[in-house]
Amino acid sequence: MLNTLLPILLFTALALAVLGALRRVRMWRRGRPSKVNLIGGLLAMPRRYLVDLHHVVERDKYMSNTHVATAGGFVLSAALAILVHGFGLQNKILGYALLVATVIMFSGAIFVFKRRLNPPSRLSKGPWMRLPKSLLVFAASFFIATLPVAGILPANTGGWVMVAVLGLGVLWGVSELFFGMTWGGPMKHAFAGALHLAWHRRSERFGGGRSTGLKPLDLEDPKAPLGVEKPADFTWNQLLGFDACVQCGKCEAMCPAFAAGQPLNPKKLIQDMVVGLAGGTDAKFAGSPYPGKPIGEHGGHPHQPIVNGLVDAETLWSCTTCRACVEECPMMIEHVDAIVDMRRHLTLEKGATPNKGAEVLDNLIATDNPGGFNPGGRMNWAADLNLKLLSEVKSTEVLFWVGDGAFDMRNQRTLRAFVKVLKASGVDFAVLGLEERDSGDVARRLGDEATFQLLAKRNIQTLGKYAFKRIVTCDPHSFHVLKNEYGALGGEYLVQHHSTYIAELIAQNKLNLGQHKGGSVTYHDPCYLGRYNGEYEAPRDVLKALGIEVREMERSGFRSRCCGGGGGAPITDIPGKQRIPDMRMDDIRSTEAEVVAVGCPQCTAMLEGVVEPRPLIKDLAELVADVLLEEPAPAAAKAPAAKREPAEVH
Amino acid sequence: MSTKVISLVSIGAHPSSGRTRRAEQDARAVELGLQLAGEHLQVVHAGDHREEALRAYLGMGLDHLDVLEQPAGADVLGVLGDYLRDAGAQLVLTGSQAETGEGSGMLPFLLAEQLGWPLIVGLAEVESIDNGTAQVLQALPRGQRRRLKVRLPLLATVDNAAPTPRQSAFGPARRGVLAAQDVAVVDDELLADAQLQPARPRPKRLKVIKAKSGADRMKAATAKASGGGGKVMKDVTAQEGADAIVKLLVEEGVLR
Repeated sequence: MLNTLLPILLFTALALAVLGALRRVRMWRRGRPSKVNLIGGLLAMPRRYLVDLHHVVERDKYMSNTHVATAGGFVLSAALAILVHGFGLQNKILGYALLVATVIMFSGAIFVFKRRLNPPSRLSKGPWMRLPKSLLVFAASFFIATLPVAGILPANTGGWVMVAVLGLGVLWGVSELFFGMTWGGPMKHAFAGALHLAWHRRSERFGGGRSTGLKPLDLEDPKAPLGVEKPADFTWNQLLGFDACVQCGKCEAMCPAFAAGQPLNPKKLIQDMVVGLAGGTDAKFAGSPYPGKPIGEHGGHPHQPIVNGLVDAETLWSCTTCRACVEECPMMIEHVDAIVDMRRHLTLEKGATPNKGAEVLDNLIATDNPGGFNPGGRMNWAADLNLKLLSEVKSTEVLFWVGDGAFDMRNQRTLRAFVKVLKASGVDFAVLGLEERDSGDVARRLGDEATFQLLAKRNIQTLGKYAFKRIVTCDPHSFHVLKNEYGALGGEYLVQHHSTYIAELIAQNKLNLGQHKGGSVTYHDPCYLGRYNGEYEAPRDVLKALGIEVREMERSGFRSRCCGGGGGAPITDIPGKQRIPDMRMDDIRSTEAEVVAVGCPQCTAMLEGVVEPRPLIKDLAELVADVLLEEPAPAAAKAPAAKREPAEVH
Repeated sequence: MSTKVISLVSIGAHPSSGRTRRAEQDARAVELGLQLAGEHLQVVHAGDHREEALRAYLGMGLDHLDVLEQPAGADVLGVLGDYLRDAGAQLVLTGSQAETGEGSGMLPFLLAEQLGWPLIVGLAEVESIDNGTAQVLQALPRGQRRRLKVRLPLLATVDNAAPTPRQSAFGPARRGVLAAQDVAVVDDELLADAQLQPARPRPKRLKVIKAKSGADRMKAATAKASGGGGKVMKDVTAQEGADAIVKLLVEEGVLR
């Protein structure tokens, strides 16, 4: 009996799965074209899955082992079950192999089940609570059905009752795992995920690479869409990427905006995009909602505008582009790309950048800096420093990219400290002076690609006039844009963050440093230095050279929490329940450090905005400049000249 | 509402960088026009249609902007007047003073005189338009508003009391059409003969506050500017009123 029932069930489920797959592929193809190596991607997929993706999943050992057992066991069981029970190859060895595979799968599924007993809030419930049971039933049913094949039990054991029970079990199992995979069940992640890895829009991320720069819009072609209005405006492989989401909520757990109670949840956003690409409402979403926004009131369609139907604009503007979600995502989904794509439409087509956004963009166009300051005042901070200007010297070793912090009195202290360090090291450096413009970072994150490209092209033009070996900057945002985003517009440079460069100077013994005496120190990793550019070591090396043992925060390195200052978030200023920098300051306070070392003007501004009492905020350059020893024998110069009569002051 | 609304725009200049941009007050005139007439708003500029800064007005959501081709230094008064009359304008909005060029702030007055229309200075809000009469709020110093009923057609200048202009977006700015129109060119003889010199900021009068208590200081800071002279005339004939005005103007040395 089973010998006729099982093939029918298996092949019907497989046939329905193929139908579902075709239907799903048609949904993805509603997206815009994207240049992807289809065959090469498919060939590279197993490696991407087994190596690159596994690296991310392995950060959670429990889940990684569970997944290896369950998924590995399932793939093996499914293949063998099709051979043994589908095609009737009732071979004893195959039977034993299938038994082993189902046992592996079953033991993995037990751990999935265990985790679902008391699931953390980041996990989606709903059909996902059913999944471990389906996995167990699938594994158990095929295990029992295979016992006769392996010769352990005689055929027809249990009679009709057994046939009925096993038939139901297999029906449940294959419905969830074969048919459900392509018809929108929880197992969809396996099908879409595999293809997503094959045709990922940032293939550079695989094999240990890094790809974090935003992709440029084509502004030359007046017909090319300016960003994403409807789900169908995404490229097809972005749509595919949304479908790969497993709703594990690792992004939600890391998102600073979600934690602050702002109306953003990266997981829900991706699921809303799935709703958009398939059409429908978000009523079936079984995870945490956007804070303050009830589920079931939004819906969409591939050809309907996303904003204010499917997703509210303030959800998109809550993002700080810190990339914590992308870093955590075991499916390597690109949340930030999607958010910026939708912001581009709002800014470039609708003129709907909220709060101070429009003013900042106008300022960038009219004055090349977001504050609207007179561009002639860009070098006022260095009036007494006699810096060399590239327009005069034409060529230099190090081009010091000052950034818009030049207009900010707090950041001017950092800049002056770094100049002191550069001068002490004796390297040949120069600045662009009044020829420098905003790098375009904030304009780009606010979706104003036109202003970004305008600023970038002018900067590239300016840089093209001079000769320099490398660019060094104290601003990770400028650093990222110059290093990773100017390339697409024709500007390729060697760019370094000042922490990297100072670490290099220290390694070459070009700095005469004393020891830090200002109390215990913790270090806050800036998103655009760390997650965007992978620089975690150099700042710590610099601190080590100052005799500082960094008191690491629980969330540091690639898991560092954003200060709240990125992506134009302080400009769009979407209200939440608490402020992101306050949460970060709590992280800092828990280390009981007296000083927090930072490497970014945004982080400095955000963290200093936290009310006292709080640890001191010092840039790496300031910490280094504080302990610089004067070149010629520091001890001798001190004694005689130091005693001066106090002058009377009236 | 079928009232024909036209906004006049000029090229602005950013106060700190001097770069061309949409003029702040003219953008407010466009914003007010868009709120009143929506897509039926007509916007016109007298000057060079190749000026890229004009696109910033298109970016507010206009599909086209009429440009009366005029060289620099031409007297645009006549062509603007003809254009407004031909277009059948009912309500014309403009900024109070241009940010570039002569920037005398005289254009609205001369234009109203030429057309024989009433002029409202500092329009803050149009409350209603019925039967060829507009009920509007005029902005006065210190946040005060005066409600006026004025028959159409009328010309109004806006200043910072008018609504903030909406963001200019790249997409519509790029798509919009700058429709150049060939019109007569009249040389501005007055400007050609005149000598121009850079404006100097007027020295600020020092404010001496003699108040002793906080309440007094508050009063001094918020009190209305109180002119010493002047008199309120009620129930007088037009002739008496006009005589009083002429007398005042002669006293002040405006008329001789």
